[in-house]
Order: sequence, then C-alpha cells, then structure tokens
Amino acid sequence: MIDLTTLTISKASALLREGSLTSRVLTESYLEAIKAKDTDIHAYLEVYNDALTQADAADALLKAGKGGPLTGIPIAVKDNILVKGKIASASSKMLEKYVASYDATVIERLKKAGVVFIGRVNMDEFAMGGSTENSAFGATKNPIDTTRVSGGSSGGSAAAVAADMALAALGSDTGGSVRQPASFCGVVGFKPTYGAISRHGLIAMGSSLDQIGTLTKSAGDAELLFDAMAGKDSMDATTIDLVPVSVNKKMRIGVPEQFVASEGIDPEVLSNFRSSLEKLKALGHEIVPVELPSLPLALAVYYILMPAEVSSNLARLDGVKYGLHVEGKDLLEDYRKTRGQGFGKEVRRRIILGTYVLSSGYYDAYYNKATIVRDLITKDYKKAFESVDVIATPTAPSPAFRLGEKTENPLEMYLADIFTVPINLAGVPAISVPSGFTKREGKDLPLGVQFVAPHQGEARLFEIGKQFLAE
Amino acid sequence: MITREQVEKLAALARVEIAPEEAEKLAGELGAILDYAGELTKAAGDIDRTKDVPAHRNVMRDDTPVHEPLAHTETLLTAAPSRDGQYFKVKKILS
Repeated sequence: MIDLTTLTISKASALLREGSLTSRVLTESYLEAIKAKDTDIHAYLEVYNDALTQADAADALLKAGKGGPLTGIPIAVKDNILVKGKIASASSKMLEKYVASYDATVIERLKKAGVVFIGRVNMDEFAMGGSTENSAFGATKNPIDTTRVSGGSSGGSAAAVAADMALAALGSDTGGSVRQPASFCGVVGFKPTYGAISRHGLIAMGSSLDQIGTLTKSAGDAELLFDAMAGKDSMDATTIDLVPVSVNKKMRIGVPEQFVASEGIDPEVLSNFRSSLEKLKALGHEIVPVELPSLPLALAVYYILMPAEVSSNLARLDGVKYGLHVEGKDLLEDYRKTRGQGFGKEVRRRIILGTYVLSSGYYDAYYNKATIVRDLITKDYKKAFESVDVIATPTAPSPAFRLGEKTENPLEMYLADIFTVPINLAGVPAISVPSGFTKREGKDLPLGVQFVAPHQGEARLFEIGKQFLAE
Repeated sequence: MITREQVEKLAALARVEIAPEEAEKLAGELGAILDYAGELTKAAGDIDRTKDVPAHRNVMRDDTPVHEPLAHTETLLTAAPSRDGQYFKVKKILS
C-alpha cells in the first residue's frame, strides 16, 4: 500500500516513470480514500466513472516511455472548470445538470500531459464565498476538524488534497479562493499572474480578477502544474507568455507592518507570522518594512468591482440557452423565476449589488471611484517591488472558522479575504504555504503564510515556497 | 441608505425574482456593504480618469468567423431547455 500522506506529484511521478508504481494502482488508492473519508468531508460532488480508464491510458504512455512529469497523476477539478462530457455545475442549481460541451484550455493542456481527472469538487456557488457554505449541494467540511469550514470558494479542492483524496486539485481565485482554503486546510495554494493561465472554459465570476490556480502538497508540485498550464491562448485575450523575472536565492522580503497588524487579526495568526519571519531570517533572507498605503482600501474596492462584474457575467444565465429553466406566464417571468430559483442567496445578493453600483447615477460614485483606487493599489505594489523581491503577509486573518459562524453576516465573511483580495486587484501572483498550527479545542488548526511577487514573478514564489517548506 | 423599494426595482432590472422578506433583509445588508465602500470616495480624490489611463484596457479580435457555420450548433442546442429544429425556443415578446 502506498503512503498517500507524504506523497507529492514529483515523488509519485518518479515512481511511475521508473515502473515501480502504476497510475491504476495510484488512482485506485485515491478512489478508496474517497470512499473511506468523503462521507464525512463532502469534498466531491462527483467521482468520474472513467478515472481508471484514464489511468490505464496513462499507464500505456508510461510503459511506452512517453510519460512526462504529470502523466498518470490523479487530480481533482473544481466544479467551475469545464471537462468535455462531464457536468460542470459551479455548485449551483442553475447548472446542476449542465454537461460541458468542450474542454477548458487548462484541461486540454493537462490531458495532453497525461493527467488523470478523478472527479469534480465542491465550491461556493459560482465561486462566491469563503467557506463553501454557499454551495447548493451542502458545505465541505475541514478534514482537520469537521465542525469547521474548509474555506472557500475552492474548499472542495483544498479538502480533497488535505485529506489525501487527490494528489492535487485545480481551483479558481478571484479574491483569495485558492489561497484562503489552502491556509485553512494546511496545503499549498497558488494563484498566478493575471493572464498567465487561460480562463477559457472557467465559468466566469469577476473577469478582471479571476485566475485558475492550484492546490498541492508542495511548492514544487504547484510549479509542475503551472508549467503545464501556463502560456498564451487565443481563446482568452488576456493571456500572455511569461517573461520570467530574476530570482535571487537570498531574497529581500517586504512586510507591510501596519497592515498586517491591523484590527481584527487573530493574535495567534500574528505570532505565527512573526515566527515565519524568524524562520525566513534564519534561512538567510532579509526582512524589511514596505509601505503599501492604499492596501486598507482593497476590500472596499473589491466589493464594488467584483459584484459589478458578477452582475454582468451572470446575465448570460437566462434559462434559454442552457441550464435551469422555470416556466412563467411570459418571457420576462421565465427569466425572473429561473434566476430567482436557480441562484442561491449570496449570488442573488451580489447580482443586485452589482446592478446597483453600475446603475446610472451611482456608476460614478462607486464603480469609477473603485477603478481609480484599484490603480493606486497596483501602483503601491509596483513601487514596493522596486526595493524587495517578494512581500509576505499572513494568508488569512484567522484559522478555519466554525460552520455557520459567519453565514448571517456577509460583511464579516468578506473580511476573511483582507490579505488575499489586494493581490487579485493588482493582478500579481501569490502563494500560500503552510506555516504551522494553532490549537483550538484540542485540534491543531493549520495556518498559512502568503508570499506575493511582482507580475510574472512566479519563479520567486516557487523558490521561496520550496525553501520555506524545506523541499 | 437603500430602501426595500430600491432593492425590488434592482431585482426587477436584474431579472431576479426575490421574496418581499428577502428584499427587506437585502436593503439592510447592501446598505452596510455600501457604507463600507463609501471610504473610496475620499481616497479617489480628484483623480481625472481621462488623463490617467488605466492599466486594464480591452483587447479586441477581428470580427471574422472563427469556425465553419453550424459546426457547433447541434452540440450547443442539445443543452437548450427548449428547442425548435436549429433554434432556441422562447416565448413570444410581442402580443
């Protein structure tokens, strides 16, 4: 039997390529783990019935000596990424039975690399939320403590990897949806530079913010997946081919002191962050303060721009072309009933908020102001990166909170994104790596440290991540 | 402040049916979120958008066909809740 707890993509791949392990055996191990654990955790919405067929095809490639670093690796897919012929529901009743008619670009690229897609995993509906409690199909629980949330919106992805029910998972990150659940579940969460990975085939939420990211057991694994998925794609006009920045082994790491110590941050999170900085110093890095004066405004900017984009992106779901259809007395009532019943509470809230901030008379007061401040935030980062290689903050202001703890107060739920949202606004890449634990009611809850790099500075994140985790 | 009536109007514009109780609750929640976002007005100051070109701009492709006519019609129509031959079926708009 393989020990899945310490397995990484790079270790598994070495075994697969030398022939001492087959993808079938590996995939079967994960299927068994899902059977044994997922009733309690609820990470998966569907385990694909052709996972073993995919594994056999990967084994044939490996046997012929044509295997690459991802061939035969079983990974889970967030429910908002299209896999041809499979349901992609965005964890919404609106798309509960929607079958994807094409592969997302990332899926196409990973299929070429011989990846085995094991199933689709739970999320907050249309990626809106920070706990998966907004899923129309029930919340995913934190594998470390099942009375707590897995984080979100990519909570199913994080829980699947943390509970060894997949070797890695794809997620999407609009305001922290990969990094925050990674921090809550104790795995590595990576969000690339805006435009580094194609979103073609990702169900859109906030298109100026959305990026596909990864949840893995190591920083090296994030790099392997990134290399296979990144690069220009004619189907997503925002994509670029990366021109990598320089990477120093010993880095200057900037810390926005005031922001990190702002109100509402759990004291244990702060002391864990201080220990992480000590560890980085011991590794030979230099810690320096940086000024990012506009950062405290990031959440306010985000909660204007994101709903505006949501209201526009989700207008396509009208009960005519695909997805749910609810009959009314006329076309207008068809629309209203379909969207009223198909969308959950948080999605309705954001659509209506977005409609408000974009409506004539308010557009200038909210949307326009938010885009101006967004540029100020982007400039802050640009300036900071003139003097440091990366910036470090905690990933989330607290460890995983209890199920139901924040569902009644949307503003409080939004505050959980305080450290992750500014990164999406600036379009820079970031990685969350496990940084230790805090004890709550007898359970060791994971915490994470987030590293941020300038545009196209992914290589710095993988380097510092590997050093921090002693890979 | 956002009123219940405003929320109902917005919901109608967004083509989303909501219950009266939800409109009431949303009015309070949206008010709180917008109050929080209000601090932006101060920070944005008098920056003139016409002089300060934003970092994000639209990239357009040529408006030319990218695949053969009907190449994906059947695949896409199989996902339609209601169809008539090669068309999506909707209720008539003009009575």
